[in-house]
Amino acid sequence: MTKYAIEAHNIVKKFGDFTALNDISLEVPTGKIYGFLGPNGCGKSTMIRVLTGLMNANEGSVTVLDLNIPKQADLLRLKIGYMTQKFSLYDDLSTRENLQFIGEIFGLSGTQLSDRINEQLQCYQLDQLSNQRVGSMSGGQKQRLSLAAATMHNPSLLFLDEPTSAVDPQSRREFWETLFDLCDQGTTILVTTHYMDEAERCHTLGIMEAGKMRAIGTPETLMSQLGAYVIEITTQHSRALKERLLAKPEVKSAAQVGLSLRVLIDKSISEPISWLTNNFSELSSGDLKETRANLEDVFVTVTGEGRQ
Amino acid sequence: MISSLIRMKAIIVKELRQLARDRITFGMVVMIPLIQLLLFGFAINTDIRNIPIGVVDQSGSTAGRVITQSVSVTQVVSITSSYATVFEAEQAITKGEIKAALILPSDLTQRITQQRVLGQWIVDGSDTMITSAIMALQTMPFTDFDFEIRPRVPKTFDVVLYYNPTRRSAVNIVPGLLGVILTMTMILFTSAAIVRERERGNLELLITTPIHSFELMIAKIVPYIFVGLIQIFIILGLGHYIFAVPINGAISQILMGSLLFIAASLALGLVISTIATTQLQAMQMTVFILLPSILLSGFMFPYEGMPVAAQWISEALPATHYMRIIRGIVLRGADLHDLWQDSLWLLAFTLIGLIVASVRFKKSLD
Ligand SMILES: Nc1ncnc2c1ncn2[C@@H]1O[C@H](COP(=O)(O)OP(=O)(O)O)[C@@H](O)[C@H]1O
Ligand SMILES: [Mg+2]
Repeated sequence: MTKYAIEAHNIVKKFGDFTALNDISLEVPTGKIYGFLGPNGCGKSTMIRVLTGLMNANEGSVTVLDLNIPKQADLLRLKIGYMTQKFSLYDDLSTRENLQFIGEIFGLSGTQLSDRINEQLQCYQLDQLSNQRVGSMSGGQKQRLSLAAATMHNPSLLFLDEPTSAVDPQSRREFWETLFDLCDQGTTILVTTHYMDEAERCHTLGIMEAGKMRAIGTPETLMSQLGAYVIEITTQHSRALKERLLAKPEVKSAAQVGLSLRVLIDKSISEPISWLTNNFSELSSGDLKETRANLEDVFVTVTGEGRQ
Repeated sequence: MISSLIRMKAIIVKELRQLARDRITFGMVVMIPLIQLLLFGFAINTDIRNIPIGVVDQSGSTAGRVITQSVSVTQVVSITSSYATVFEAEQAITKGEIKAALILPSDLTQRITQQRVLGQWIVDGSDTMITSAIMALQTMPFTDFDFEIRPRVPKTFDVVLYYNPTRRSAVNIVPGLLGVILTMTMILFTSAAIVRERERGNLELLITTPIHSFELMIAKIVPYIFVGLIQIFIILGLGHYIFAVPINGAISQILMGSLLFIAASLALGLVISTIATTQLQAMQMTVFILLPSILLSGFMFPYEGMPVAAQWISEALPATHYMRIIRGIVLRGADLHDLWQDSLWLLAFTLIGLIVASVRFKKSLD
């Protein structure tokens, strides 16, 4: 087993004049969960499509499971599972029929197939729904079915495109438990998301914005290497203050969180709290404290450059 | 190889399940042939029957009565009254009581022996359909005499009708209708086949699986072959029992000829499906093929009468070749061997269609 399940170098993908992926390089370690975090339209799905050979990149090279993509995409298809962003199984078939279809397409048949279907139905808590038409199922149920279908043939690499977007928080938690189970069994997982809490669970995270990879690292490294202080300010006139804070170039962001303001201040300032009280007289009486950075802070800092 | 068969089976089973659950489409499979058949069979009847006419028999002879009877037996006309003079008959036509009158002159018996023209029709020419129906009677032979009466003047040719001597249009329409309905349903179903997967978002998953383009194309058309066979069964069965269409050829030949055409139409539908990006576009392209298939295939107008350019288009359409095949088999008792050119053409069309569709269907989203 090679060290990296996916290696992509300098990928450029254009749709006409529009550059959807702008010089992206990444390496996904085998057996780990790798996340793409980014807002809608930043190119996450496009990146997955390039990596799976569904789309050809204009520039760059892609190697997935030691196969040269897109040249050897046909061979790759037997080894990967792909859960598309939009539900792509058949609404007018039942749960079992959908799994049967996917299983047969991947070459399973006979008792091997029916055993595997039963196994998957049980594993993804779909046994009660096995004869129900998929069209009438809830978002969470459809999502479990999609994952069951994507893992029917025990792929060593899974692509999951916003798997939890139509799912309630409880189901999301359970879903991630399943992902860790799969990961423990040796499956490499590439997952896209725009939820911070999900991103934080990934082993490695790539933060994307407008077709560019802004930062790559483990969530811990990204948070500890944040180029800003995080100050929580509890004060009364927070809304008016926010505008005035943002006017200063040293303030990278200011966001209302509950009753307090969460302010990111550039590391070029050595004493952020005194800098704040000096510059904003009303803060001398306020409650200011430095806190630990979270992933949202990281996201705001690395993607902020794009907006300025 | 085995896994290739399993993959195709998986898609065929899936398609059949989807088809069986799509009530409207499933209903169309049965309703389209049923309604079209009844529509063309009963309503759009190009036979002219029971035109009300009068008779002016000035001869008062036995021959006159026999001729009058023979004319009425054709059922083209129905004798509603007889008049003593031509003038009275003309009046009746003017009033609209009758559409035509048959005048048999007093020297009728003499004319028969001399083999001259027997009599005269005076016709209300304002409806051309009626005119041509009566015109057709001018060459009518009479066989009820001891010797046959066949007016030789002023014709040079006899028209002798084989296979459909009573000239009922249902006999010709029903087999032709088979071609039109199969064109419509077969192309319509498959033209939506790939587009629907795209529109419903199933395609992205489908193309990340190991299924090959050619397997997908074959598996997509197989279920509809059964649909086509059901429709043939409905049309020919009802045609035979309701409209008394004779089935002179072997059933096996009908099935084989129809299978060739079904395959060709399905392949054409698949090609459309790889070009269209929405089901609406697929539908429009189907109509684009359907119209010439109705107008130029020989279903509505005889091929022989078309301008050369139209004949070229006509030759390109699978429906034209099928019209020849199915009419040949059903009405004349021919077999595919006799019609090998049309059969071969359909076969070639199918193969080319399948190849074009598989090449056009790229397992890629670009
Ligand atoms: N087939 C396509 N043709 C043209 N533009 C596209 C196509 N697919 C995606 N895009 C554009 O590329 C950008 C990235 O899209 P996508 O990868 O779907 O983003 P994400 O998955 O991160 O929400 C978007 O601006 C989108 O409009
Ligand atoms: Mg997306």
